[in-house]
Amino acid sequence: MNKPSDLKGMVLDPVTNDQRYIGNSEPRHGARRLLEGQGTYIDDIQLPRMGHVVYWRSPVAHMKIGKIHTEHASKMPGVLAVVDGVQMAKICKPWVATLGHLAGMKSAPQHALAIDRACWQGEPVVAVVAETRAQAEDALQHIDVEWEELPAVVSMETALDADTPLIHPELGDNLCFTRSLDVGNVDEVFATADVVAEATFGFGRHTGVTLEPRCQIADYNPGDRRLTVYHSQQAPHMMQDLYCRQFGLSESDVHVICKDVGGSFGIKVHAYPDDFATVGLAMMLERPVKFVADRLESFTSDIHAREHRIKGRIAANKAGDILAFEIDDLTAIGPYSMFPRTSAIEGNQVVNLVGGPYKHQNYRAHLNVVFQNKTPTCQYRGVGHPIACAVTEGLVDLAAQKLQMDPLEFRKRNVIPDDAYPCSGISGIKLEVLSHEQCLRTIEKMMDYSALRKEQAELRKKGIYRGIGFATLIELTNPSPAFYGVGGARIASQDGATVRMDPSGVVSVLIGVGEQGQGTEGIYTQIAADAVGVSIDQVRIVTGDTDVTPYGGGTWASRGAGVGGEAVLLAAQALQENILKLAGAILNRPVAELIARRGYILDKATGEQLLPFSEVGRVGYFRTDTLPAGFSADLMVTRHYTQKDYPFIFTNGVQASYVEVDPETGFVKLLKHWAVEDCGRVINPMLVNEQVRGAIVQGIGGVLFEECLYDESGLLRNGSMADYLVPMANEMPDIEVAHVETPTQSSKLGAKGAGEAGTAGAPGAVQNAINDALAPFNASVFDQPITCEKILRALKKI
Amino acid sequence: MSLKKKISMTVNGQLINAEVEPRRHLVDFLREDLHLKGPHLGCEQGACGACTVKVDGQIIRGCLFLAVQADGSVVETVEGLTKNGTLTDLQESFMRHNAMQCGFCSSGMLLAAAELIEQQPKATREQVREWISGNYCRCTGYHSIVDAIVDVLDARAKGQKIKPVVANA
Repeated sequence: MNKPSDLKGMVLDPVTNDQRYIGNSEPRHGARRLLEGQGTYIDDIQLPRMGHVVYWRSPVAHMKIGKIHTEHASKMPGVLAVVDGVQMAKICKPWVATLGHLAGMKSAPQHALAIDRACWQGEPVVAVVAETRAQAEDALQHIDVEWEELPAVVSMETALDADTPLIHPELGDNLCFTRSLDVGNVDEVFATADVVAEATFGFGRHTGVTLEPRCQIADYNPGDRRLTVYHSQQAPHMMQDLYCRQFGLSESDVHVICKDVGGSFGIKVHAYPDDFATVGLAMMLERPVKFVADRLESFTSDIHAREHRIKGRIAANKAGDILAFEIDDLTAIGPYSMFPRTSAIEGNQVVNLVGGPYKHQNYRAHLNVVFQNKTPTCQYRGVGHPIACAVTEGLVDLAAQKLQMDPLEFRKRNVIPDDAYPCSGISGIKLEVLSHEQCLRTIEKMMDYSALRKEQAELRKKGIYRGIGFATLIELTNPSPAFYGVGGARIASQDGATVRMDPSGVVSVLIGVGEQGQGTEGIYTQIAADAVGVSIDQVRIVTGDTDVTPYGGGTWASRGAGVGGEAVLLAAQALQENILKLAGAILNRPVAELIARRGYILDKATGEQLLPFSEVGRVGYFRTDTLPAGFSADLMVTRHYTQKDYPFIFTNGVQASYVEVDPETGFVKLLKHWAVEDCGRVINPMLVNEQVRGAIVQGIGGVLFEECLYDESGLLRNGSMADYLVPMANEMPDIEVAHVETPTQSSKLGAKGAGEAGTAGAPGAVQNAINDALAPFNASVFDQPITCEKILRALKKI
Repeated sequence: MSLKKKISMTVNGQLINAEVEPRRHLVDFLREDLHLKGPHLGCEQGACGACTVKVDGQIIRGCLFLAVQADGSVVETVEGLTKNGTLTDLQESFMRHNAMQCGFCSSGMLLAAAELIEQQPKATREQVREWISGNYCRCTGYHSIVDAIVDVLDARAKGQKIKPVVANA
């Protein structure tokens, strides 16, 4: 199975009968218009009578809302409405974001606009709609809210203390969710192990910083009582469902359209209070209302993620076998669990994934998810994976160091072997088929590991401190209904594709999974072209429109290729069968004698071209009178796909980072980064490379730069792009990517997800590389982002 | 408060006369009054580069530049520079390398890259990285963008054009 691949062309057995695109680096032609400035993002859409909304947001972390004075603002030029939480609550129901399968999880009801209390700086309280954005912002200055500051829960470390105020007194405490897992004989193993290593890992809150902010236009037509929402979103059908339920509308009366989306990364897969408020305003005003978050609003109202403190330890024996992991994860999620996916999922994933690549048999984990008065956190690219990986790999390096074993050799010895699958991980996760051993061998060769170690040793003699860090990882993709469906969330794990041949032989694919830049449209083009038997310039993709596409879950958990791609494959192959049946009827020959190739029906035996698809289409649509009685030319077919064999299909990979640390300044220079990724069948190597690279750089952002910093009263200190650091081109290394292809047997296509493993592995790899560089000083840092200051503190220079 | 000023400028080859509030930023004027979709608003404080346009031959941040400042100037956006062929090589190279994902940064990135090619035709890979560090990209990780620009620099040095990317039929 695990064939290594330079991926210049297809290496696995073909999945279609005339495969020429799947497996190749085809450029995505749909992207050309984006390079010509011709995309259509939400802010490019202007509708007649469109109003613009801005929100008065809580200026403090926790406050009691008193009287709201809107008289002056209402009279400002162009102002159409000023609406508060009480008015909004008359048409929009509150929600509680919990999942049934996360036992004991709780959260409080949340409103589109805050009523009585605001619980984080940035929570929307009052909406101002005006004819222009400038007028709305002018009027916003004249909103006068009487408010009283309430004590804020800021530190997660004290959130559960008896003298800490309760954010939602009716919940009884500030605990959202807790989970404990204890497998094997953890205490005994740690008591008797040859080597025990431990560390406390810190992870700073960070956020997605999509370059296009969150935005939408809601348009309610009172004539047909239909709501249309243009939305920069990853899951249009999920939003359709939520708008129905919160506003008491029928599904058929809500239409969600997603056009070009300027970055998503999980930021745009949640339902935000201002999403509902904007829809409510459009319904109240019976005219379109546009909301575009400005960058300051984005920083305080987009979800944050990854604020964790984890105490972890590892046990190993002298022979170099990992025996056990134990972790205690404390994480904080803001004042509410985020709707509808819930904010407990991230910590839950950490518990599932720590130690995941390794074959140890003893694991204990404890998780506390607490409330606090900061921006809500939720799923962001990689969800829990970067945290679990950095903890696991940090501990693995500490154990290797104590054993004086090479970290790569130590990993090779301990990963679950490639011939052991299917099996279960110690946390209970089901692993279908992975390739850790092969990935480790590949990366060793790719980075010329032994030469690099020599170089490191030579340079160290000259006072140049370089470090090499590895991170082995697993990532869950292709989720089944076990992810959300069983918990009661109405989030589809299935996706459908409709594939249609038009009279000229052109093929249209309609699918629920949209494009936010990953290249999903590109790979669907490749799959459909191969499976129907046409060239890629004969395929058009339609996504992001709930009126048009089959119902589906959209983009999350790296499901675009594995779930959406499979739906396209099944539908396109079914269409090809129908084309052949129709050709058989036209030619009066048995279908078994025919094959479809590159826009033609051929004689299977001789390869002779018998009919072009355009002729099949012409007869199928316009001359059905010439077809046998009762024959139906079905040139449009829909197929759905749900991955049901496993809760998720895990992928795996390994990354390595090479860094140089200046012990005088604490400055880290990234020299090079390598990644080996096994996402099953690779449909387009170039697009996978770019997913991996982009994700790695977001992971590097987390480990070195990005952090939402708060002061002690819960105010965000760096809510602008000038203050919040994201990686720029100059600081980033070149990133080499290689692939191992181990297809999943749960689908015909065999594709697993590729979008998030880069983010999952990079923080661990860079952290370990820095600590390898610091090893001669007996110093290490496990608190991310690893800033110059933290390095200098570790070196006791400050 | 509305004290409008009369301005005129040439935008993508066309003479524009308009009345704008003095506080109106150039990017808002281009987007909302002229309905151009190429320049984007990412951060509104000059940090991200998504709003990059050309004024009198120089790239500027459309979010830090007032429309009234451009009075009497020649303004070019990605739309105009696409039409007159200035960006063709870069656009083909970006296509070939998948040097964009969501595309939101692309118009600004292309304009920055075009100025680099004009001003530093012998730029090294490191210099390319440094030059485009005024433009955020959250999707690509920059590697492919650097590859795409370096390819154009190499082609220019050899006096070659970048071959157009065509669908593989």
